[in-house]
Amino acid sequence: MKKRGLLVLNSAAVLACLLALWQLVIWLNHLPAYILPGPLAVANAVRYRYPSLLQSLQITAIEAAGGLLASIVVGVAIAMVFAQWRWLRQTLYPYMILLQTVPIVAIAPLIINWAGAGIFPVAILTFIICLAPIIANTTQGLISVDENLVHLFLMYKASPAQVLFKLRLPNALPNFFTGIRISAGISVIGGITGELFAGSTRVGVGGLGYSIIYASNQMEIAYLFALVCAATVLGFAFFFAVMFLEWLALHNWHESSRPQTSD
Amino acid sequence: MVNRDRGPVAEISLLNVTKRFRGGSVAVENVSLTVERGEFVTFLGPSGCGKSTLLKLVSGLSPVSEGEVQVNGMTPVNARELIGFIFQDATLLPWRTVAENVGLGLELEYAARTLRKERVEKMLELVGLQNVGRMYPRQLSGGMKMRVSIARALVARPRILLMDEPFAALDEMTRDRLNEELLRLYAEHRWTVLFVTHSVSEAVFLSTRIVILAPHPGRIAHELKIDLPWPRTAETRESLQFEEAVTHATRLLRGVHSA
Repeated sequence: MKKRGLLVLNSAAVLACLLALWQLVIWLNHLPAYILPGPLAVANAVRYRYPSLLQSLQITAIEAAGGLLASIVVGVAIAMVFAQWRWLRQTLYPYMILLQTVPIVAIAPLIINWAGAGIFPVAILTFIICLAPIIANTTQGLISVDENLVHLFLMYKASPAQVLFKLRLPNALPNFFTGIRISAGISVIGGITGELFAGSTRVGVGGLGYSIIYASNQMEIAYLFALVCAATVLGFAFFFAVMFLEWLALHNWHESSRPQTSD
Repeated sequence: MVNRDRGPVAEISLLNVTKRFRGGSVAVENVSLTVERGEFVTFLGPSGCGKSTLLKLVSGLSPVSEGEVQVNGMTPVNARELIGFIFQDATLLPWRTVAENVGLGLELEYAARTLRKERVEKMLELVGLQNVGRMYPRQLSGGMKMRVSIARALVARPRILLMDEPFAALDEMTRDRLNEELLRLYAEHRWTVLFVTHSVSEAVFLSTRIVILAPHPGRIAHELKIDLPWPRTAETRESLQFEEAVTHATRLLRGVHSA
């Protein structure tokens, strides 16, 4: 515990040094804020634009979380079907790769064409790019069950539902979380990218991506920096939320959550 | 209904059993064997002789290609509730505690929670694990995991035990001790046991009868009655009679290897 505290302190110290260095470079070179704003200018932008920044953050968070949750529900359902029927899995596998390789910036205008602008189409975009990692990893976990364990369940005359819920699903949990971790990372990226195209239905109000375009057009470079920071914080929050859930579900029994060193 | 009389009916019978895998390789060919109730029969032989395949055929996990297998006069699949299968490696569910692993079979047949708890506790005590019920498998040693696996098989009160190299991965000391404990439980419950091993001394120590198999394709080469006195304990291993039986079985096994 003491060690972890020290680690956090060290990381914070590194951040403080970097920020100080950044500010120093600005001051020494007399760089204007429209080329490179310093940390103080960014902090100022955060102070003055606080309500709109928070609103943008909230909108993007809703889009990313909504898309991610939908992809988890749909992805797990598809993985369960895939795990049950091998031929179906093999037939549809190429299309899943397609889902993974289609560039989001290319399909974004299409989705907007069909679904309009606003939170909903962006959530759909996020959903689309989050889906493949969830399906692929969860399917892998569902089908890679020790053959002897399957035999054990057969000897107990377990029903197919019992095999699914008491053997395959728990067995898939570690892979499932690997999928969510990947998707949580790209969900924020998906949300912001979507907003670049379809961020808002009203002028001036939109998610982080929309606001980034707006700030860029208005040459509000300090605010742009603040938005980038907000996007990073959001990504971090998603990542840690998933890490925490994973720890909750696995720390009792799975090797991955075992402490690396025993001191 | 299950025949529970102590009649002359064979507990397990294999009649001209052949098992071919897809692709044509023959795992076992024309094997006939009758096992009476209460016998402890060990399959001994080099790898590729179909030892494990025979257990899979008796449990119905794998269907025969030719011939017939009967367990208590029934097809293997119908006789499953009489059978406890103990696998090589403990094959525990890592996400369940020891107690939850032991109770798995009862849970899958929807036994009442109180009954489950009671039987699981009794069983853990029987295999000497009363203090680790709440631990997870990864916290246990190999020997303890195997005890859990045995407890899991016994909690369903089987009449027949199929054991597929259960102690192969353990060190010799642990293996010897578990052998002794297995015989103590065997004396109490008088299951019919089919046991698979590579180890001659383990086979001699445990069995009432050893079936030596020859490979490619798997078939019965020799049958050997083991008349060591009961109860068998650690001292049994030091007796001359034990040494002789091991030597004899080793010789027969060597013949199978060089053939």
